[in-house]
Amino acid sequence: MPADRSAAALRDPAWMRGLLIATALAFLALFLLLPLVAVFAEALRRGVAAYWAALVEEDAVAAIKLTLIVAVFSVPANLVFGVAASWCVAKFDFRGKNLLITLIDLPFSVSPVISGLIYVLLFGLNGLMGPFLKAQGIQIIFAVPGLVLATIFVTFPFVARELIPLMQEQGSEEEEAALVLGASGWQTFWRVTLPNIKWGLLYGVLLCNARAMGEFGAVSVVSGHIRGYTNTMPLHVEILYNEYNFVAAFAVASVLAMLALVTLVAKTVLEWRFGAELAATRHK
Amino acid sequence: MSFRRRLSLLAAGLTLAWLGVAAADAQDNLLNVSYDPTRELYVDFNKSFAKKWQAETGHTLTVKQSHGGSGKQARSVIDGLDADVVTLALGYDVDAIADAGLLAKNWQSRLPNNSAPYTSTIVFLVRKGNPKAIKDWNDLVKPGVSVITPNPKTSGGARWNYLAAWAYALEKNGNDEAKAKEFVGQLFKNVPVLDSGARGSTVTFTQRELGDVLLAWENEAFLSLQEFGADKFEIVVPSLSILAEPSVAVVDSVVDRKGTRKVAEAYLQFLYTREGQEIAAKNYYRPRLPELATQYADRFANVKLVTIDQTFGGWRPTQEKHFADGGVFDQIYQKGR
Amino acid sequence: MVAASSSDTAFPRAGGAVTSILKKPSVIPGFGLTLGFTLTYLGLIVLLPLAALVVKAGGLGWFGFWNAVFTPRVWAAFQVSFGLSLVGAAINAVFGFVVAWVLVRYSFPGKRLVDALVDLPFALPTAVAGIALSALYAPNGWVGKPLNELFGFKVAFTPIGIAIALTFVGLPFVVRTVQPILQDLPPEEEEAAVSLGATRGQTFWRVVFPAVLPALVTGFALSFARGVGEYGSVIFIAGNMPGLTEILPLLIVIKLEQYDYAGAAAVGTAMLLVSFVMLLILNILQHWMRSRHAR
Repeated sequence: MPADRSAAALRDPAWMRGLLIATALAFLALFLLLPLVAVFAEALRRGVAAYWAALVEEDAVAAIKLTLIVAVFSVPANLVFGVAASWCVAKFDFRGKNLLITLIDLPFSVSPVISGLIYVLLFGLNGLMGPFLKAQGIQIIFAVPGLVLATIFVTFPFVARELIPLMQEQGSEEEEAALVLGASGWQTFWRVTLPNIKWGLLYGVLLCNARAMGEFGAVSVVSGHIRGYTNTMPLHVEILYNEYNFVAAFAVASVLAMLALVTLVAKTVLEWRFGAELAATRHK
Repeated sequence: MSFRRRLSLLAAGLTLAWLGVAAADAQDNLLNVSYDPTRELYVDFNKSFAKKWQAETGHTLTVKQSHGGSGKQARSVIDGLDADVVTLALGYDVDAIADAGLLAKNWQSRLPNNSAPYTSTIVFLVRKGNPKAIKDWNDLVKPGVSVITPNPKTSGGARWNYLAAWAYALEKNGNDEAKAKEFVGQLFKNVPVLDSGARGSTVTFTQRELGDVLLAWENEAFLSLQEFGADKFEIVVPSLSILAEPSVAVVDSVVDRKGTRKVAEAYLQFLYTREGQEIAAKNYYRPRLPELATQYADRFANVKLVTIDQTFGGWRPTQEKHFADGGVFDQIYQKGR
Repeated sequence: MVAASSSDTAFPRAGGAVTSILKKPSVIPGFGLTLGFTLTYLGLIVLLPLAALVVKAGGLGWFGFWNAVFTPRVWAAFQVSFGLSLVGAAINAVFGFVVAWVLVRYSFPGKRLVDALVDLPFALPTAVAGIALSALYAPNGWVGKPLNELFGFKVAFTPIGIAIALTFVGLPFVVRTVQPILQDLPPEEEEAAVSLGATRGQTFWRVVFPAVLPALVTGFALSFARGVGEYGSVIFIAGNMPGLTEILPLLIVIKLEQYDYAGAAAVGTAMLLVSFVMLLILNILQHWMRSRHAR
């Protein structure tokens, strides 16, 4: 939370504040709010009844379920990884640390087309491990495991990226104190570190989850697009759109947008309720 | 909770998830991997076939459907998507699956009519009243006419568009290849947007209101009238077009492994029956059965159709010459800009 | 830095000496466990699959790789993808900074809602974003129509459309990296500057901006890297004209469409190399700026 700045010399003049706020709001309105409004406007064009009908339709429900299943597997996996990675990056100094951080960032910059393709090259029938897996009757791509793997790849850096700067900034003094006083490593982590990073962690998880549910490009490559079976919500949106069923397409899309908004509002509410505590951990 | 416990939970969950998928695959059902414009067709067709199959064998049948760009769909099958049957936009894509060894190389001769139970062709969709007076292919190269077509590199339908234009130019210029290339080059100079798929182009034309004419599958053009209003658009049939033969085939390696050969073959054969042909005709595909062709004659304009085999010598050389990297289509774009 | 908070003094101690492999092996446990787990997971999820890509591209040999990647078409797409990502990231760096500044320093009604809205591009499926943006900016859209009719200015299906889509997908990266740093900036530094007679402008450029710069660079880099690979949202608004509005990921899709897996892998590998080198340079640069600032 921003500290209270009462000194007049530290304040921007009113005209500048107004100008900057106006600029920021105009920019956000143009780039974020308008597309969002467009999604809801299209979704509700034929009224609430049509909107609702599109959401309770069988394939839409299947897509929503599948999306949740994928998120349930991929988000915790990246949560554990993010905590482990930020622990070793923030608490220790070692050679190749910049390289490690760069590798963690890498999935951000890999094109979604490629993130799907690599799993096809690995697990596809002509891939490195495909023939072996086929012989065992194990299906990875064009089934749930492939969707989970591609989603994990795409959302890989989110938790780690959120935690690393936070833990670097907090330093290791409290952990050192706990250890000197005789706490075990795990105790230190659960009692000292976790309470300090919980907001950053929560935030990272929320972003990771939002992205996991919304990913389109990578899962599109490994899905197989079997209606009602391997279509996640973003893929179902594309299908409906291609069927010229614009209302239903945008209705499902609006659920994803709402999901995003709900998680973000939840985050905001938590921050607001525990704002003081949060500020305290931030400035420790 | 330890990391290890969480990890083992995760592993158990993943295993369960793919066991579940494997179990679903073991059931007696079909997966039809198809291209984009056949959605409506196979919704109707699957219902009728399931009914017939149940009457004949007492088995309930679920047909799972997958739709997407034809090439992408073929690639998924090559990479291990368990399709019992493929119903794709062009024979070239089924050939690619055969090349990967998943079905017999002679697939095209295993079913009647080149394994294409229904056909279509390429027509023009123009705005109501035809304000630019577009009648035939040579109107498309005029300055100021804006043409919408998907990208032939990514869309099967767009390859038919391109080849139809090429065939027209050959016919008008006494089979002069250089003239044909120039004609098609000029046509693509009038294209402002190359969407990646046929349905994307239709949306660009009908919803974004871009362009004066859309080159489309005949069935897609009819569907557009139905979806977006016959009061907004009309169909123009050119003097010459191409016979588009969407190919169907049973994927041998998959049906033999899953034990679904019988139902898969019956499924494709049903496409050739009177009932199957009628469903195709109702969905604006040209039926092969002569009696139905007569019955629906008023729906399908009588137009001179060239074929890919006669005019172009089949799909393989055509793909190589026109659409491969550095092929004629690429040359058109390198020269022009 | 006179009145630095404890976190600032703690930092150089943790990050100063890089002479030994481990800094404090005796006090904090779990290095082996966490690094081991991190490397294993990283290896399985990221490196192994990416290696499959490189192996596939390697199947072409050097000559084949060269031929697949260094064609005028690929070069043009490189310029489109990297150039417009740069434009998008630059727009985001400027406006993202303003947004972060406004969100941290000022209060106005609806601020929390605006704050929440910033993450929307992470959550909205890229294809939906693409469809929504192309509907808005098409010549008959809410925004595209007035622009087109009043100024004859076309956005959708031109390079500008691509830049807009890339701005959309990259925005949260800048805001979310700059925001926490601005928040944590100790007010004492600015107060000290002002008490020493600095003007508001001087305080900003000499005190605030250098502190935020590493984060801004990170945000810019992430936004840029994300833009280079973006496919779903761009494809609807780009127009996809070869050499003009054709992006690199589309070229990969086109190669796949011709069943040219190795060629697709080659272009993918080239993209990957460029992105990796860029991210590495920026991470090292940022590390350097951070330790300089902390001093």
